[in-house]
Amino acid sequence: MRSGSSEFLLDCDPGATPDVASAVSNGSGCTFSLSGDATVRRVRRTWLDTFDWRLYRAGLALEQVTASGRTELVLTGRDGERLAVAQAGSANGSGQQARWPALLGILPPGPLRELLEPVVGVRALAPVAKATSQVRQQRVLNPDAKTVAWLAIDQMSVSYPARAHAAPRLAVSAVRGYQAQAGRLGSVLATMPGVRLAAGIALDAALAAAGTEPAPRTGDIQLTAGMPSAAAMAVILTALLDAIEANVHGTVRDIDTEFLHDLRVAVRRTRSALKLAGGALPGDLAARYRPEFKWLGDLTTPTRDLDVYLLGFDQMTSGLVAATGQDLTPFRQYLERTRTTAHRELARGLRSARFARLTSQWRAELASVRASGKRLAVAKFAAERIAVAQGHALRAGRRITAASPPSDLHDLRKRCKELRYLLEMFGSLYDAGQRWQAVRELKALQDCLGAFQDAEVQRSEIHAFADRMLAERSAPAATLLAMGEIAADLARRQRQARIEVDGRFAAFAGQAGQSRLTALTEAGP
Amino acid sequence: MKILATYNIKGGVGKTATAVNLGFLAARDGYRVLLWDLDPQGAASFLFRIKPRVKGGGQALIHGKRPVDVAIKGTDFENLDLLPADFTYRNLDLMLDEAKRPDRRLASLLAPLKRDYDLVILDCPPSISLLSESVLHAADLLLVPLIPTTLSVRTLDQLTEFVAGFNGHRPKVLAFFSMIDRRKRLHTQIAQDLPAQRPDFATAAIPALSVIEQMSVHRAPVTVFSPRSLASKQYASLWQEARERLKLPQPS
Ligand SMILES: Nc1ncnc2c1ncn2[C@@H]1O[C@H](COP(=O)(O)OP(=O)(O)O)[C@@H](O)[C@H]1O
Ligand SMILES: [Mg+2]
Repeated sequence: MRSGSSEFLLDCDPGATPDVASAVSNGSGCTFSLSGDATVRRVRRTWLDTFDWRLYRAGLALEQVTASGRTELVLTGRDGERLAVAQAGSANGSGQQARWPALLGILPPGPLRELLEPVVGVRALAPVAKATSQVRQQRVLNPDAKTVAWLAIDQMSVSYPARAHAAPRLAVSAVRGYQAQAGRLGSVLATMPGVRLAAGIALDAALAAAGTEPAPRTGDIQLTAGMPSAAAMAVILTALLDAIEANVHGTVRDIDTEFLHDLRVAVRRTRSALKLAGGALPGDLAARYRPEFKWLGDLTTPTRDLDVYLLGFDQMTSGLVAATGQDLTPFRQYLERTRTTAHRELARGLRSARFARLTSQWRAELASVRASGKRLAVAKFAAERIAVAQGHALRAGRRITAASPPSDLHDLRKRCKELRYLLEMFGSLYDAGQRWQAVRELKALQDCLGAFQDAEVQRSEIHAFADRMLAERSAPAATLLAMGEIAADLARRQRQARIEVDGRFAAFAGQAGQSRLTALTEAGP
Repeated sequence: MKILATYNIKGGVGKTATAVNLGFLAARDGYRVLLWDLDPQGAASFLFRIKPRVKGGGQALIHGKRPVDVAIKGTDFENLDLLPADFTYRNLDLMLDEAKRPDRRLASLLAPLKRDYDLVILDCPPSISLLSESVLHAADLLLVPLIPTTLSVRTLDQLTEFVAGFNGHRPKVLAFFSMIDRRKRLHTQIAQDLPAQRPDFATAAIPALSVIEQMSVHRAPVTVFSPRSLASKQYASLWQEARERLKLPQPS
């Protein structure tokens, strides 16, 4: 039996044809030989990951392997150790091969899916690399002619993300109980000219051959304190525009809900940046673009709201006491129908001339800003903006009494968001640890205000949905009753959050928290 | 996980020959099989070209100083692993005597392997001993090779009686005729009559065949190097009968 946990992987120079046979038999004091019969297999491989490389970042690799008519999905660690395997059919057992990109739900239930779920979440898996390998495999025998290891030479041609031939790779896999011998053999092979211990798994080799790298860092910007504030704003806004554009394709194709979510986050940040710090940009640039980004933000709202509902649907129905989940099926179907329509509208907007014009002109404007610009240093500018936002948040919070209407809490939430966003936007100016300390209370307050408002919004939405479903005659009484139960539960959660707000605000507005915040922006050079 | 033991207090009756061939056939069917060569002579280890050596010896295994699974070696065949013999197994009886509940020791040593294997085959040394008692308690099925003589049938009856006296877990007993010499009238006579009369006898029997002796030259089970021989066919039927008695589910 071969054991995956004891593999020795070696990289060869490009185009090398290492003479392994003589290395095996003549290598330093080695007493191994290669069996005469070699098998050659063709293996088609597709590596899958989420758009944001969640598997790769978690130290995992998921590979769809097709060899001699069988297709399997293999999850390995980045050291090549096998963690789980599943037949790559669809969950309905039709035996049909999965089509990527796809959500995890298409995998059959089992250990593989269970391992992937917490990492992949709601994201879709899509191919990140494709290749065909020609694997020549031979047994390595000891003097008793016992197989102690398998030696494989893998010649891989990559077809995606670009066509390329990868350098040959050697793999020595130990038979169980013969790890030491296989290890010795591996070290001998590693001393051959042009051969060295592998730097990564086959995915790394495939991507390297194709001239790309996994999990590229995007959106990371580094501001320096003395940078002119206009130039700094242009850097920040260009990175946000990159994020918007990177998520357009996945949103239009509806690959998973995170594309839209990330697109919206970038739009919201752009709008906040223009509102809170747009003054740093030359002329009326900020004022001219604010309505356009508002249009973009509004375009995305209906679909996202419905996504939130649908993603939380199971959790929402699990709390039902009197009604059953089935009572809500018409509600779910209604939401799905409505979402289809909303998404069509969204896709049309993202393919429109208006959107194309917005992004291309905005990019050009930002590029010209970087060249000229106002001279105020960004650190000073940031400290000033943050102090203003801090004051606004404190004032909004102090206004709140037991009798305050929900709109006052919403106002506080907005002010907190603005403050938080400024701290993030200029985050690269500050020490990361200190920044984390400084936003602790603010974060806790925001979570609580978020829970309050989400419950409020969902409650009023559920009333609106019920009205429309009644009007469409698509709501049986049991469904409406079940929806009523959900609304009641939302009201309970909202009350709970409301009770917590006072304590959280007191913690935020307290001496210690406030001075940590002030110290942060003043600490800069 | 089911445990099968090839068992007979006598040596040279075909225990090891049966253990290695059934091990290979079970693995070929897709079961994950572990063969434990309990005989210090190491005949089964030899047939799989694996050195009869266990780090720390039988001592470390029996007293649980080393988990059983680090001593396991892969054979050249998929799904078939071997726990090798070691010359210290000569003293297994003494070691067991020092252990707690010696008669249950083997069963508890194997328990952690439940998830890794569908079938464990114990290839026992000859002799009556604490070890054999421990084997009888651990096994789900005793596969007993018998040379067809009236005397050997009597030893089978003694074994059956002994096992019937156990409290709780009792292994099933399945005897079969081994090394039937077709030139001896008595052999063929007994081998023909008994299986029809007794439910604890397998229908399949293994004749004396020179191709089986050649296993030690090839250092492989006969079912590997001569799969179409009569010997291989007989081992295959014997495996079918053993599999049914063990009630092994289809391999995953
Ligand atoms: N059916 C058979 N026909 C011929 N030789 C056999 C047969 N079964 C076993 N042998 C040979 O007899 C010897 C003893 O068999 P073995 O299986 O090692 O017995 P045990 O394990 O009971 O001591 C071995 O050399 C083996 O090859
Ligand atoms: Mg033997």
